[in-house]
Amino acid sequence: MAALLGRSCRKLGFLSSGHGARRSVSTETGKSLNLYSAINQALHIALDSDPRSFVFGEDVGFGGVFRCTTGLAERFGKNRVFNTPLCEQGIVGFGIGLAAMGNRAIVEIQFADYIYPAFDQIVNEAAKFRYRSGNQFNCGGLTIRAPYGAVGHGGHYHSQSPEAFFCHVPGIKVVIPRSPREAKGLLLSCIRDPNPVVFFEPKWLYRQAVEEVPEHDYMIPLSEAEVIREGNDITLVGWGAQLTIMEQACLEAEKEGISCELIDLKTLLPWDKETVEASVKKTGRLLISHEAPITGGFGAEISATILERCFLKLEAPVSRICGLDTPFPLVFEPFYMPTKNKILDAIKTTVNY
Amino acid sequence: MAIWFARSRNLVSSLRHNLCLSSTILVKRDYSPRPVFTTSQLSSTVFLSPYVASLRHESTAAEKQLDVVQHSDDQEDALQELDFPGGNVGYTSEMKFIPESSSRRIPCYRVLDEDGRIIPDSDYFPVSEKLAVRMYEQMATLQVMDHIFYEAQRQGRISFYLTSLGEEAINIASAAALSPEDVVLPQYREPGVLLWRGFTLEEFANQCFGNKDDYGKGRQMPIHYGSNRHNYFTISSPIATQLPQAAGVGYSLKMEKKNACAVTFIGDGGTSEGDFHAGLNFAAVLEAPVMFICRNNGWAISTHTSEQFRSDGIVVKGQAYGIRSIRVDGNDALAVYSAVRSAREMAVTEQRPVLIEAMTYRVGHHSTSDDSTKYRAADEIQHWKMSRNPVNRFKKWVEDNGWWSEEDESELRSNTRKQLLQAIQAAEKCDKQPLKELFNDVYDVKPKNLEEQELGLKELVERQPQDYPSGFHV
Repeated sequence: MAALLGRSCRKLGFLSSGHGARRSVSTETGKSLNLYSAINQALHIALDSDPRSFVFGEDVGFGGVFRCTTGLAERFGKNRVFNTPLCEQGIVGFGIGLAAMGNRAIVEIQFADYIYPAFDQIVNEAAKFRYRSGNQFNCGGLTIRAPYGAVGHGGHYHSQSPEAFFCHVPGIKVVIPRSPREAKGLLLSCIRDPNPVVFFEPKWLYRQAVEEVPEHDYMIPLSEAEVIREGNDITLVGWGAQLTIMEQACLEAEKEGISCELIDLKTLLPWDKETVEASVKKTGRLLISHEAPITGGFGAEISATILERCFLKLEAPVSRICGLDTPFPLVFEPFYMPTKNKILDAIKTTVNY
Repeated sequence: MAIWFARSRNLVSSLRHNLCLSSTILVKRDYSPRPVFTTSQLSSTVFLSPYVASLRHESTAAEKQLDVVQHSDDQEDALQELDFPGGNVGYTSEMKFIPESSSRRIPCYRVLDEDGRIIPDSDYFPVSEKLAVRMYEQMATLQVMDHIFYEAQRQGRISFYLTSLGEEAINIASAAALSPEDVVLPQYREPGVLLWRGFTLEEFANQCFGNKDDYGKGRQMPIHYGSNRHNYFTISSPIATQLPQAAGVGYSLKMEKKNACAVTFIGDGGTSEGDFHAGLNFAAVLEAPVMFICRNNGWAISTHTSEQFRSDGIVVKGQAYGIRSIRVDGNDALAVYSAVRSAREMAVTEQRPVLIEAMTYRVGHHSTSDDSTKYRAADEIQHWKMSRNPVNRFKKWVEDNGWWSEEDESELRSNTRKQLLQAIQAAEKCDKQPLKELFNDVYDVKPKNLEEQELGLKELVERQPQDYPSGFHV
């Protein structure tokens, strides 16, 4: 299948992040780790550095269905790392209560597809906890982790990208890492950020992505986008697993003489408008790509904002290459996905507008 | 549920033995003198052994069903057990469905009769004169506060209000039985708990007016009180969301080894929410010290309990989660006090959740946006307001003890009324919140988008002040 072929490149290495200005972490060496191991490391560090931190959710005790919580229960004990009943609204509600008492509650939702029962707790409670109390209370210690995104065979309920729902909620943060090294630093920032955060992990990359990850405790700042590839003709913005696809498109575009600038947004809420704005003012063109369905997807927010800020600098309409407006299909996944060639076509169309 | 009752006698007796261990722990604690509790009655074998007063009263329905099944255990196949995950269960060849309801409803624990006299041989924690007078004063204060704030809304001075009329005993007696370190997660009809803990009439008024002195900074509707100083979580309108949060709070207290529990309130309607199931199940499985207090007042806005559930109220649901539970006369201040105090001990010393269903009646309308005469009989409301009033009932007992007089009564009522009117006047005149509080506290630090929006709005307000209400300093 095209999706598999397209993704096989990921095994060979990973997106170089050497282009960014202040990326001390990106040039450090470390151990070769995949995404779930990097996340596991972050969790070990988080629990080690704060005795009032807890990890819980369905099946986290034995290591979790994606092995992200391996070894935690053995090391930190069942009081701090434990299974919960199968009830997402209970998991998040319980986490809010723990966080409100000053603890760090690192909650796992088994698949982002199942986060919706907890939507009320997230939107009506967690997001408003500080504001509605006049800052007498807060649940900033809450971090919700959930695997998201296409996996090749996930269908409706193991492939969803629900980030757009959460980006519409003032009071929470939404963060999506693109790689193991990024994931570790971003997750530690999320855990330590004094606001409730939803952290979506690209499940496709759990095993597929391998990268050198420094072994020490480090944090990557939230709400700072990164230019991971510099270029002059067009700006591409994405997050998570989609960036690998986009980078392949950039490489092919380069062969045809188009210089692409690629930005990893990392934090979708609150998002770094300045970095994207600066880039588009330079290139005059913008393309956004995400797996989630195009209508009402987060690309629309980016497009509208950039249009407001960069209208006179734009040489072409903002392009969005996204999932189709359908439930995530099984056998049709290769057709549904925003593939490298769909992106490449759009790059060319935009440049030739 | 069939499995519960098919236990063999051996299992029952071994469980009794195990649970009796906790009764020895209780005996060692130094409780204030209680006229009627004995060791065996304190044993926590609530649902297997005859509940506390059964030495004098009938056994509970659960006990009855156990007896029925024990007859079939007389046959030899009770000795054989099946080892399914979840523990051994005996089996029976008799096909028997557990009935959808017991022949008898779970009885309601009460201490005072309707005339305010202690029922002979009641179990209860005695209440000193000082405590009783304080409880009564606070119940009366709550009543006066409710009437005056309700009127203030009717006069258009505040936008919204809801009363706790008819539920003063639950509000005050439960608060009196707790320690200040117990963390309260209210629904919204429990301002009496905050009042008991020391929240002043001025502080209540400030929140209702959303003025500069409101701790909530004017962001929420009236009655959405919250006070970290008083360990009272800020109220939110969504129903039952506080229940799983209470489980997390209780768990935190357990981890911190605090001598405290989480206490959370819910109405009869709220128990239909998924968060009720989530909250109780989590508290039970994770062994969190949480007290769930359900105010069964008969109505969820216009929905009577007959349209809310088909179970015998809420108390029977506790056992379904493995939670010890009791049904109490919520209009009996002494019963509520004793039940909450016992439940608190259990929650804290045994690190487990407890469920209390307090039966009562919502005398007032659901809120100022409701006229309950549209869906219930006016004389039903009158009946509960007059003859079944919890404040009057407790007053009689306090008076009978010689601790309260009519002079005390009129002095309290007129002073409280005066204080409230002053508080309302002051709160009304008080400055509004500065406009910057619209943008603060969304996050710990204001993000760029809010900084931009704040600047934009400031400019707009300065340019077109006539579009906006006055008094909000930019």
